Amino acid sequence: MRDKQLAVRMRNISKSFGQVQANSNVSLDIYRGEILALLGENGSGKTTLMNMLSGIYFPDGGTTEIDGRRVTIGSPKDAFDYGIGMIHQHFKLVNVFTAAENIVLGLKEPGRFDLQAASERIRAICDTYGFDVDPNQKVYDMSVSQKQTVEIVKLLYRGAEILILDEPTAVLTPQETDRLFAVLRNMRDAGKAIVIITHKLHEVQEISDRVVVLRKGERVGEMVTAESTTEEMTTMMVGHQVALDIDRPRPVNPKRRMRIHGLTVRDGEGVLKLDNVSFSVYSGEILGVAGISGSGQKELLEAIAGLQPVEIGSIEYINDDGTIDQLIGKDPLEIASMGVALAFVPEDRLGMGLVASMDLTDNMMLRSFRDGPSPFTDRRAPKELAEKVVDELEVSTQSVSTPVRRLSGGNVQKVLVGREISSAPSVLLTAYAVRGLDVNSSYMIYDLINRQKASGTAVVYVGEDLDVLLELCDRILVLCGGKVSGIVDGRYTSKNEVGMLMTKLGGEAR
Amino acid sequence: MIDLVSFIPRAVAQSIPLLLGSTGEIVTEKSGNLNLGIPGVMYVGGICGVIGSFMYERSLSDPSQINAFLGIAIPVTCCLLGSLLMGLLYCFLTVNLRANQNVTGLAMTTFGVGFGNFFGGSLIKLTGADVPTISLGTTSRLFRTALPFASSMGWFGQVFLSFGFLAYVAIAIALVASYILNRTRVGLQLRAIGEDPATADAAGINITRYKYIATCGGCMIAGLGGLYYVMDYANGIWSNDAFGDRGWLAIALVIFTIWRPNVSIPASILFGGLYILYLFIPTGKNLAIKELYKMLPYLVTIVVLIITSMRSRRENQPPESLGLPYFREER
Repeated sequence: MRDKQLAVRMRNISKSFGQVQANSNVSLDIYRGEILALLGENGSGKTTLMNMLSGIYFPDGGTTEIDGRRVTIGSPKDAFDYGIGMIHQHFKLVNVFTAAENIVLGLKEPGRFDLQAASERIRAICDTYGFDVDPNQKVYDMSVSQKQTVEIVKLLYRGAEILILDEPTAVLTPQETDRLFAVLRNMRDAGKAIVIITHKLHEVQEISDRVVVLRKGERVGEMVTAESTTEEMTTMMVGHQVALDIDRPRPVNPKRRMRIHGLTVRDGEGVLKLDNVSFSVYSGEILGVAGISGSGQKELLEAIAGLQPVEIGSIEYINDDGTIDQLIGKDPLEIASMGVALAFVPEDRLGMGLVASMDLTDNMMLRSFRDGPSPFTDRRAPKELAEKVVDELEVSTQSVSTPVRRLSGGNVQKVLVGREISSAPSVLLTAYAVRGLDVNSSYMIYDLINRQKASGTAVVYVGEDLDVLLELCDRILVLCGGKVSGIVDGRYTSKNEVGMLMTKLGGEAR
Repeated sequence: MIDLVSFIPRAVAQSIPLLLGSTGEIVTEKSGNLNLGIPGVMYVGGICGVIGSFMYERSLSDPSQINAFLGIAIPVTCCLLGSLLMGLLYCFLTVNLRANQNVTGLAMTTFGVGFGNFFGGSLIKLTGADVPTISLGTTSRLFRTALPFASSMGWFGQVFLSFGFLAYVAIAIALVASYILNRTRVGLQLRAIGEDPATADAAGINITRYKYIATCGGCMIAGLGGLYYVMDYANGIWSNDAFGDRGWLAIALVIFTIWRPNVSIPASILFGGLYILYLFIPTGKNLAIKELYKMLPYLVTIVVLIITSMRSRRENQPPESLGLPYFREER
């Protein structure tokens, strides 16, 4: 395999965004006539690394060589000039343009601007590799897979030799995936270098010749696909368990609080996001939700919170006296007026949770402004609450009248969690509560969640760091491709078991 | 019945500032910049031309000795320079500093009108005349020179050939802008920036340069509209605030024509016609009716806004990223 011609050689590449180190000292070789899989969990730095190769980001350090020549890639245009093309997860296509217009966009071909001639060349490329593209079709009329095809043709039209695909199958049906893979093999056999970024092991197995694994921004290993097993890859991807010393008191007197049965959710485009999900939530317990990003975590929490239309299924809330309320079809206001104390800490803190340009007091008011019969709002109680949150959670802010946008990520999260738990919820839903937080803030959040647990709240904790899930949660529900692939006991499971569950169903279903 | 032969030339003359303003704004908006400063830019374009020709006319001992070339070139150059500076200011604020485009544009309109009235007032002081106007009759005559044989061709000459050169320039600019936008590589790239700058950037197009060129070019085109208004339509007479709300009508025309400069040619004539229709409708002694007719362009604009917002074809929508700043490394 090593007799293949080296196309790209990246050495010690580093990149950070603010305080977050996205890549540190990553080295990578890409060969012609080979499909390389870049494997890693969400946030492991795969896309950032490839964005640097394609000129979207500029590396903080490290060197890149293309065909043995040391190069500096400062812009996407530079990358084109070196024959590097990347297909992003979000397609870079202009919706109101035709396929042909998108394909020639930005090109400086000599001679007159002639879309007709370009269309001919596009058809020729399609015939060579087996694509099906109508050059005159508008992009907004195309299916996701057609758009992706246009992206690939666009790169080939520009004479790209090194093609990078960022999670190309995330939006495709199995049949479309098979077609894509067939085309990728054609291109590989024609001597192109191909990189696919993915976190799906079965795809790595199916399509790649070689796999490089990234974890938390670092390169952790490289394998020849044919000589390695999924177990080895999983272990490498999730890493070995790290002891974090997070408290996990035994649940006190757990009672069933919610029963979710057969929950099925489709998104606006009809794609199945949750498929027949059933589980129960108990008071005084933390239920962790693990899964590769986009496995349905967001939809699950939003369905419970009343923000996501549900196709079929039931969400039952069991009151203390044993009576049952059905939450399906209710919006958050109706749920609250039924006396169900739900608190939701969404993933998108400044989009769904807080209003960035309003101060702490006003943000506290978002939950209480409807209270009382007076047409005037009560500002005193929220102000006191804001002061209490600042005080108790050690939020570092100038005053309670500072817009939350000026606060750091950790402090924003404390404000949001503080507000949500102040309502003494019986169910607390949290999504990626510690994402982007430093270690101290993270522990403070764990502590807050544990205190809620001790006071009898049923906590649903959606997380991405398996080490944290394994130490914090009493039970862990693993989602894979919108299905529950297992519910395990947090005290007796292992990182490997959860990792396998996270990737298992995806491998079988697709 | 309305006398079409005298109505049409008046409508056309009324339409040219609107046409230039809307063509400039369309080119600007296609790059994703929503320049609400266009009324101010047109105002500045007008007053800069006035300043230039005022200085030139004053330097002559005898106004009838005016050099035809300089008499036109000086005001046009001054007008283009003034509007260019406005465009550069707008671009610097919105493209480099990523300031809010609406606020910047509105501030520029306020600024432009104030700038025009300030210098207009100063020049009026200089003339020492009793009426609060500046009269540049000699220059205006140059701008209004029509083809010599126009008057000898009856109604045809009056309807098609009786205008000053700027009117034909305006129509040519609209046609050329339309061709560039729809038929050339440059136009394709410009439209891509207005629709989806991230995609255009990934395709290796220099966003900043295109935004600057389109916006400054658009401002210069719009500025000519202000110049035409003073020199041709108003017979070289500047008085403060006389330009009125033509700048806003030009922006309304952008939406009316669904971002197409070629459509703007008939559309602006329609608007121009509505603008002066009250002069041609016999209303007898009841002057109140005339005031109602003056509302027409605005009513049409409102109706058009309602209709365009109901239309749902994707091609008829504003450029997708209109009004949004672009920053590559935004996460």
